[in-house]
Amino acid sequence: MIAFKLAYKNLLGAGLRTWLNVSVLSLAFVLIIFYNAMIDGWNRQGRNDTQNWEIAQGQYWHPEYDKYDVYTINDAHQALINPIQKHVDAGRMVPELLQQASIYPQGRMQSIILRGIPSEQSVLKLPTHLLKSDSEELIALIGKRMAKASKLKLNDTVLLRWRDKNGTFDAAEMRIGGIFNCDVAEIDNGQIYISYALMQNMMGLSNEATLLVDKLGMGEQFSDWDFKSPSFLLKELDELINSERISGMVMQLILLLIALLAIFDTQILAIFRRKKEIGTYIALGLTRQQVVRVFTIEGGMHSVLAALLGAVYGIPLFMWIDSVGINFGSADMGITIAERVYPYYSLQLVLITIVVVVVSSTIVSFIPARKIARMKPTDALKGKM
Amino acid sequence: MCKRFILIGVLLMAIIAVLKSQTANEIMQKIDDNMSSENRVVESSMTIHGRRNSRTITSVSYTVGTEKSFTEYLSPPREKGTKMLKLEDRLWTYYPANDRIVQISGHMLRQSVMGSDLSYEDMMDDRQLTEVYVAVVESKEEIDGRSIFVLKLTAKVDDAAYHSRKLWVDAEYYLPTKEELYAKSGQLLKRTQLSDFQKVDGRWYPMKMNFKDVLKQGEGTDWEIISIRFNEEIPDYLFSKAALKQ
Repeated sequence: MIAFKLAYKNLLGAGLRTWLNVSVLSLAFVLIIFYNAMIDGWNRQGRNDTQNWEIAQGQYWHPEYDKYDVYTINDAHQALINPIQKHVDAGRMVPELLQQASIYPQGRMQSIILRGIPSEQSVLKLPTHLLKSDSEELIALIGKRMAKASKLKLNDTVLLRWRDKNGTFDAAEMRIGGIFNCDVAEIDNGQIYISYALMQNMMGLSNEATLLVDKLGMGEQFSDWDFKSPSFLLKELDELINSERISGMVMQLILLLIALLAIFDTQILAIFRRKKEIGTYIALGLTRQQVVRVFTIEGGMHSVLAALLGAVYGIPLFMWIDSVGINFGSADMGITIAERVYPYYSLQLVLITIVVVVVSSTIVSFIPARKIARMKPTDALKGKM
Repeated sequence: MCKRFILIGVLLMAIIAVLKSQTANEIMQKIDDNMSSENRVVESSMTIHGRRNSRTITSVSYTVGTEKSFTEYLSPPREKGTKMLKLEDRLWTYYPANDRIVQISGHMLRQSVMGSDLSYEDMMDDRQLTEVYVAVVESKEEIDGRSIFVLKLTAKVDDAAYHSRKLWVDAEYYLPTKEELYAKSGQLLKRTQLSDFQKVDGRWYPMKMNFKDVLKQGEGTDWEIISIRFNEEIPDYLFSKAALKQ
């Protein structure tokens, strides 16, 4: 306990030098927590959005379907077997039929993926109710990125050209019945949604689907349908976020090293300038190890003060950012990221950061303090090394 | 008595329709006779009209029937040495810049060839008209002083790329001067203008064509035959992937 008291008094006695070190270290504290909270926030929002808008609790794929290989799309469709049809009728599964097609906005040809989806579905957040039509009119739903790329606005008409199951060209005017705003780029870029029933007629593929979106994620097995779990479907997002986390760690490490270097430097200077003090401690009966402990705690306490200082300005700052979020603008980066990301501060994140900073600052404080163990008390009292 | 006249009238109309239909099919057969051959070697230039400028690509093609075709691009320097091999419904392209053979399949077959109004699929669809369509003569017209049959072709097979076509056929040469390709819905998709008919090896052949994807802006793609030879001896090794790299 005496070591803590001494360390505390010495730290406060050092005045500006201590507060400079503590300020730099507190900045490292706040930035590490903030950066990781932003990554966690992005991760949570990205996963939630992908599940709400695209995959729900998993998908069943036609064995030949591979969403990363467009060449597989045309032949990847099959009839819905009875058990699946029951799930579809009960609203537990949403069938989607995918085919390639072309649109001609402003006289330009643009290749797209045409997705037939039931207008009455409620598993995904897609506003498919907008696809309902009492007439023969072909109504389409597109995302904001697709609308921007093809310069299409609500109620615009555009010519759609496709090939039916036999390869015969067909074409029809299509009206943009809705433009949705979604953070999942994958379901937006180059995708056009139309009514599932209408698409089956257009393609001549009666009661067939390319994939099934599962609401419950029970992982029930069906022959000729491959279940893909959310962890499989979110793998790409996870990998992207992990790579961002790693690249962020490099910056955090540099910042932390700068702060630790300041502590290390302070410790070396303190031991050099406070030799008589060290000798006095030993003369008063403290063992060398106890003196080392005093100096180590003194250095380590920088991090405790830094945590307190960081909390003083960090907590209000974090609360404010949490309420307004960070605006990433409408720039389309082709990845799943919300326009406004809200950081997610978990207790685990704060505790891990505190432990890392306290332990690392204690270690860098201990390294120079080891020299004390080799000092002769008489030399130390005279101010010699 | 009246019933008998009606019956004879109906029979006569049916016979006329059959005769007319036969005539249309005969016209179509004559077009096939002119346009199709056992094999041919064609040197041609393709001019692609862009928004700002046009570019011309010359090539030589060796074709056997409707199944095998080998094309080598001769100019401009950027395209020189690019080769394409078609065997039945498969297509490979060789790019000399990276010394690679790429199979064109699925979605890529719908892309345009070198930015033209022709897709790879259009180039590959070489079946004779009589194999795919039934025809009726819609009318006979006088256009620019020439006698022209207007034929409406409707697909008789399920896998025709275009459900219907409309042909304006020169009554003397039995070659279409204009062709329109329609989707199942009746939407016009492509238009081809054919001209400069010349007699080559006892058949009439169009030496100039303009292909236009009517859904796209632009002036389309001009295709001009520099030389054409029918029933030439074409070595078999040309229709192999090994020949692409030679």
